[in-house]
Amino acid sequence: MATNRDDFIIAIRSAFLKKGNKQRFSLIGLIFFSVGLLILSKINLPVNNYLKITLNEIVYRSSFIVSIPEKKFQDLNDVIKDHYNVYKDYLEVKKELNTLKSKKYETQFLKEENKRLKKTINEYIYNSEELIAKVLIDKNSPFLKSIIVNKGSKDNVKLGMAVLDQSYLVGKIVEVNYSTSRVLLVSDLNSKIPVGIEPGNIQSILSGTGRTNGKIEYLETDILIEDKSIVYTSGSGGLFKPGIPIGTYHKELEESYEIVNFFSKLSQLTFVKLVSFEGDNK
Amino acid sequence: MSSKFKNTIGNTFLLYLPLLLLFLSVFNEFDFNYLNYKYFSFNFPFILIFYWSLKRIETLGYGFIFIAGMFNDAVLGFPIGISSLTYLIICGFAGYLRNITLRPSLTKDWLYFLFTILVANSINYFLLLLFFSIEINYYEILGNIIFTFLLYYIFAHIFDVYRKILLRIKI
Repeated sequence: MATNRDDFIIAIRSAFLKKGNKQRFSLIGLIFFSVGLLILSKINLPVNNYLKITLNEIVYRSSFIVSIPEKKFQDLNDVIKDHYNVYKDYLEVKKELNTLKSKKYETQFLKEENKRLKKTINEYIYNSEELIAKVLIDKNSPFLKSIIVNKGSKDNVKLGMAVLDQSYLVGKIVEVNYSTSRVLLVSDLNSKIPVGIEPGNIQSILSGTGRTNGKIEYLETDILIEDKSIVYTSGSGGLFKPGIPIGTYHKELEESYEIVNFFSKLSQLTFVKLVSFEGDNK
Repeated sequence: MSSKFKNTIGNTFLLYLPLLLLFLSVFNEFDFNYLNYKYFSFNFPFILIFYWSLKRIETLGYGFIFIAGMFNDAVLGFPIGISSLTYLIICGFAGYLRNITLRPSLTKDWLYFLFTILVANSINYFLLLLFFSIEINYYEILGNIIFTFLLYYIFAHIFDVYRKILLRIKI
C-alpha cells in the first residue's frame, strides 16, 4: 500500500517538477505563472491590460495571415453551396423585391413624418458617426461568438459601439486595442440586448444562444408574441438608438423556447459598420 | 553539399512540425466549425499536446506550449492564461501516464486521454464561469470533448507514422 503511494508520488513529482533534457522551464513553474496571469486578469491591473493589448495586436495580425488558406477553403465551400441554392434564392428574392418595392415609398413617407413629429415633441434625434471596418478574424469558435475588426482606439473606436451589417445590428464592441477591436456577436451566450418586438412594442431582452440564433428572455408569461414579429433595439440603457432591426421572431416547436433568426448571416461578415450614437435634444 | 543542405532543412522541418502545427492550430482554430454541423467541433491542440507530451518529443517544450496557450486566449478572447493552464495540465497528465507506463498501448492512452480532457475542460469551464462570469454552452463543450476524444485515435495513428519516419531518419 505504502509502495503504491510512493510510486504515485514519484510519478507525479517526475511529471510536474522534473525538467526534461531540453526543457527550460518546469511544468509546475509554468502552471503557477498561468495562475498568476489569471489572477492579474481578474484584478484588472493596468500593466496586465497593456500586456493584453500588445499580445492581441500581434496575435490578431498573425492569425489573419495564417487563416488565409482556411478562409479560401471556406469561401469555396460557400460558393458551392450558393450554386446549389441559386434557383431557390432567385425565386425568394423576386418575391421579396416585389414586396419591398411596394413598401419603399410608404417607409420614406413615415420616416419623414416621424422626424417631423419628434422635433415637435422635443424628443431625442440621434446623430450617428460611422466607421467602416474590415473583419480580420471570425473564428466561429464553439465557445465564444466574436469577430476581430481592423479599427481600434487610433480610429476613435469606443467600448459599447454598435456594429452593423448594412442596417442590421450584429454585435457590439467589447474590447478595444490600438488598431484592432473585438466585437461580441448578438449570437453569443453573453450578449444581452434590450429589444422591442413589433407589432405590439413588447419590451424584452435578446440573448444569444451560442449558435446561429438568439432567444427572447425575461418576458412575462401572459404576453403573446406573433410569429414572424420583427425584433428591433429598444434603446433602453442608451447604448444603441431605438429601431435598429436585428431579426425575426419564430416559434420553434422542437425548441423549448422561441428563437430569433438574425437578418445578417453572422458567419459571412466581411465588412461591418461601427456606429456610435449620440442623442441630440433639438 | 546541396543534398546535405536539403536534408538539413527537411529534417529540421520534420523535427519542428508538431510545434508548427500547434501554433498554426491556435492561430487558425481549424476545427471545421464553419461547416456548421450542430455541436461538431474538436480541439486539435489538446490531441497534439497530449500525444507529443506522452511520447516525450523535446521540440514541443513546455515554454512553447505556454506561449501557444496565450495566443489561443488572445484569438478566442478568453482571459490571458486560461488556455496555457489547460494545456499545461494536459502535459502534466501525459507526463504522469508516461512515468507509470511500462508497455504503452494506444487503447489505454486513448481512455486516459478522455479522462484528461474531461478534467482539463472542467477546470476551464469552472474558471470561466465562476471566476470570470463568462457563459459557455455546456452542450458545445460536451460535443467538443466527444469529438476530440474520438478523433484522438485517428490522429494518434497518423502521428505514429510520422514518429516512425522521424526515427528512421534518426533526427
